[in-house]
Amino acid sequence: MQTIKGAISGVSGSTVTVKGMDGARMHTVAFVGKDGLLGEIVRIHGEQVVLQVYEDTTGLSIGKEVVSCGKPLTVRLGPGLLSGVFDGIQRPLEALRLKSGAFIKKGVSLDVLLDKKWEFIPRVKKGDAVEPGDVVGIVRENQIIEHKIIVPPPSVSSPLNKGGIRGVVKEVRKGVIAGDEPVVILEDGSAISLYQEWPVRQPRPFKERLSPNAPFLTGQRIFDVLFPVAEGGTAIVPGGFGTGKTIVEQTLARYAKSDIIVYVGCGERGNEMTEILTDFPKLIDPSTGLPLILRTVLIVNTSNMPVAAREASIFIGATVAEYFRDMGYSVALMIDSISRWAEALREISSRMEEMPGEEGYPPYLATRLGNFYERAGKVKCLGNNNRTGSVTIISAVSPPGGDFSEPVTQASLRVAGALWALDTDLAYRRHFPAVDWNKSFSLYYNSLKDWFLKEVAEDAVLLRDCIMKMLEREGELKEIVQVIGLEALQDVDRLTMELGRIVKEVFLRQSVFNEADAFCTMEKQYWMMKCIIQFYNKAKDAIGKGVYLEKILASPVATRLMRMQDIPSNVFKQRAREIMREME
Amino acid sequence: MTLLTYEYQSITGISGPLIFVEGAAAGSLGEMVEVCLSTGEKRKGQILQMMEGLAVVQVLEGTSGIDTVSSKIILKGETAKIGVSLDMLGRFFNGHGEPADGISPIIPAARLEINGLPINPAARDKPAHFIQTGISTIDGLNTLVRGQKLPIFSGAGLPANEIAAQIVRQAKVAGGEKFSIVFGAMGITSREAFFFKNAFEESGAVERTVAFINMAEDPAIERLFTPRCALTAAEYLAFEKGHHVLVILTDMTSYCEALREIGSAREEIPGRRGYPGYMYTDLATIYERAGRIKGKEGSVTLIPILTMPDDDITHPIADLSGYITEGQIVLSRPLFRKGIYPPVDVLPSLSRLMNLGIGREKTRDYHRGAADQLYSAYAKSRDTRRLSAIIGEEGLTDMDKRYLKFADEFEKIFVGQGDADRSIDETLKLGWKILSILPSTELIRIREEFVEKYYTG
Ligand SMILES: Nc1ncnc2c1ncn2[C@@H]1O[C@H](COP(=O)(O)OP(=O)(O)OP(=O)(O)O)[C@@H](O)[C@H]1O
Ligand SMILES: [Mg+2]
Repeated sequence: MQTIKGAISGVSGSTVTVKGMDGARMHTVAFVGKDGLLGEIVRIHGEQVVLQVYEDTTGLSIGKEVVSCGKPLTVRLGPGLLSGVFDGIQRPLEALRLKSGAFIKKGVSLDVLLDKKWEFIPRVKKGDAVEPGDVVGIVRENQIIEHKIIVPPPSVSSPLNKGGIRGVVKEVRKGVIAGDEPVVILEDGSAISLYQEWPVRQPRPFKERLSPNAPFLTGQRIFDVLFPVAEGGTAIVPGGFGTGKTIVEQTLARYAKSDIIVYVGCGERGNEMTEILTDFPKLIDPSTGLPLILRTVLIVNTSNMPVAAREASIFIGATVAEYFRDMGYSVALMIDSISRWAEALREISSRMEEMPGEEGYPPYLATRLGNFYERAGKVKCLGNNNRTGSVTIISAVSPPGGDFSEPVTQASLRVAGALWALDTDLAYRRHFPAVDWNKSFSLYYNSLKDWFLKEVAEDAVLLRDCIMKMLEREGELKEIVQVIGLEALQDVDRLTMELGRIVKEVFLRQSVFNEADAFCTMEKQYWMMKCIIQFYNKAKDAIGKGVYLEKILASPVATRLMRMQDIPSNVFKQRAREIMREME
Repeated sequence: MTLLTYEYQSITGISGPLIFVEGAAAGSLGEMVEVCLSTGEKRKGQILQMMEGLAVVQVLEGTSGIDTVSSKIILKGETAKIGVSLDMLGRFFNGHGEPADGISPIIPAARLEINGLPINPAARDKPAHFIQTGISTIDGLNTLVRGQKLPIFSGAGLPANEIAAQIVRQAKVAGGEKFSIVFGAMGITSREAFFFKNAFEESGAVERTVAFINMAEDPAIERLFTPRCALTAAEYLAFEKGHHVLVILTDMTSYCEALREIGSAREEIPGRRGYPGYMYTDLATIYERAGRIKGKEGSVTLIPILTMPDDDITHPIADLSGYITEGQIVLSRPLFRKGIYPPVDVLPSLSRLMNLGIGREKTRDYHRGAADQLYSAYAKSRDTRRLSAIIGEEGLTDMDKRYLKFADEFEKIFVGQGDADRSIDETLKLGWKILSILPSTELIRIREEFVEKYYTG
């Protein structure tokens, strides 16, 4: 590939204008100034191009050299990603710390995924025919994840690999091998190594999209029962500051049933990333009994790191997620927060003096956002042995002033399958997760009903609907009470109100700080619903027979109901049965 | 270091705080320049943007008197820096870091870029130490920890400064640890400056204080430099000298207004309410400088104060700050009018790092539960108050009446502590006393065993 050299003609924030770049290609990278800062060509106008630069541009001046070699911005994919923490352009932050200290300096380049050798266990032999997506071998990356080495799929924008690699295996190596050395060589000479490069802005191909039919289980009652997201689906979590978006993202990264978690801290706080980095190596994954960090990849570009890299970070995250999907894993891609990505896009666009759309965002905001969310999905993977994999996207949205009518929330809503709307008033009352049950929805619910009937219980759907109805009725009654007072209500209505309160306090509220309740199994969720509904029915009967409501509410069994959360999941079913017997 | 000096007498335009200089090709983004007026006066400027043949320079001291014929600029060859050393302690500087107390300049141990560099998230250490401020609504309900950034959201005329001064006076660190205060003031009145000077003196903290002060009558553009100077000094003290540094920045609203002024002079497309679209990122480069670093002893704890225009928490200044900081302490005008000091409105207040500073070994094991319970009970009691205003007390149940009493006592006793310096034990005991107004069956956010042990109703 031919290199093109130009000279800086303007610098404004994270964008740099360059002259003399005849023949440069859109969305390829260029290196700027004497530090060789990484940039990407985002606009071409004759021989003049505009770069978005992924590092701090302070100190750049007119006339300094810019070099482009025509490569797109890529991610390096291979063993060593798991447990790693990378910045928005995939520099490993731990290695960066060792090299340049506690503060991030610019112009430091680092090898990615090359610091370690891996034991390669082949799954093909000489003479086998392979094609894109086939598994040629594995690396046991850690105790839980078998990293599959797959034949790189073809990529239109990568000059490295246009048609995709296919052919007959000529040579297979095994043993301990570095990331960039070939492990399998085909007869036409093409080599497959442990790692592959993939252009970040291009979705990775698959055979076909499958329709979502299983829930992405989170261990959080309000999500799993009321507003479930499907595996391969998209949920958005909008909310004003302090309403609990990050806690939702982090809690799901801890407890969600998923093989791999890719967590993108996009323009948020440094301390939140540190929390994950220090806690996840110690926290034990309930399903494997091993530290959570083993299934986690962190991509971090905090709010004070260069803004253009923030724009790139979500695509790095999506590409890593798809890469593991292609191995046949279920992957959760957590984004906190997509609004910071949109703001980065807006900033770059305004520096290029593009015509602004609503709230200053570029008119292509919705399209870009849509393309990004489309990278979620459950798919049949390329290659042999019929793997299916999924990418589920959970994306936080930070609307200014907590007002959901703004462009990023609205554009996200158009493509999301589930909305978990966080409410400031609930957060003020410390009702967490502060999910507004009136505003939130799940479009997946109907297609997941079968799963609940089959995997949980025959009455699971019925109970859920009862809970929803009770919440609705409580809402109506509450409005009445605000005019006439509780005293004026009939006992049956007061009972409904009390039960509504129990549903909210005991079932919907779930504190991450309560060890017994932070993660709730499906079984516990089901039995909690069952207890509440049975209590409601029994109490209604009793009132019909003339028992005073006060007496019912003061009964020991009511108190036990109120304290149900504190019963750990593993003994819940048994204790629930006791409670229900007591109700008789 | 080059010996060449670049001088340009080619100012082609002036707009607000900006000048446009043609042909300044040797300049670089962020570089400092000296603007020389024909009167011999020298001012400081900084290159904001480079366009084909044109440099955009913001002038700290303002542009009045500058002309396009005889004024010239000289490139300084470096970005904005200040000299730092331990001798800064006890000194006063102006808003861009020059001595303002009439004493000779300090002899710097190092010259540091005021913009600083982002802390590598992999190098951060998780905040973990409780800071006792002696204020119940903070210690009990919104605990501050070392390395946190916790702003005070104030309104015009509300006593944010008094609270900040009280924190400075009362904040305790374990004996033997090095402790200092960095004070950055943007656009404060001389009355406020006087108040803080007094407060530092009274608390005996003057020798441990570094102050950077931009007064209300000082040029607005200088305000963009003040918090950065302050944080550079703080980082030096914390991460080079092992101090636990408490940084107070006031008033971030003046800072944001200066930012808006530059934005409009550059004819940028304005964001919400005219503030620049990059204000979130800009504020983050200030607030994110708080923290702890692995392997270093010190810490930077940041308490910015901002005035919410019109008491509006959704105003971009408060909103964007809240999106970056680790919680907020919100002041309430209704409480202030009732004569309650400190008038902290606990419901919108939050400390996100609270959990790292409380619990068995740090405060008490029931702390989290008790705080959550006080919150939800207070929220409920405020609803009850509203209801009572509509339907009158007669329509209320006995339970409602208990909640009403709870609300009054909570505000009067727990919140309204006045100048008292309360230990965390006193705060938590008081919490139980007020919770005990309610029947114990209401206290479901606290584990049963604790309710049995501490409930006194
Ligand atoms: N499930 C939960 N259980 C207990 N506390 C919670 C829960 N969710 C949120 N919180 C509380 O709310 C605080 C704020 O949550 P979080 O930091 O997730 O907000 P956010 O929406 O991400 O805010 P921002 O947009 O400013 O980043 C937390 O520090 C915690 O105290
Ligand atoms: Mg957050």
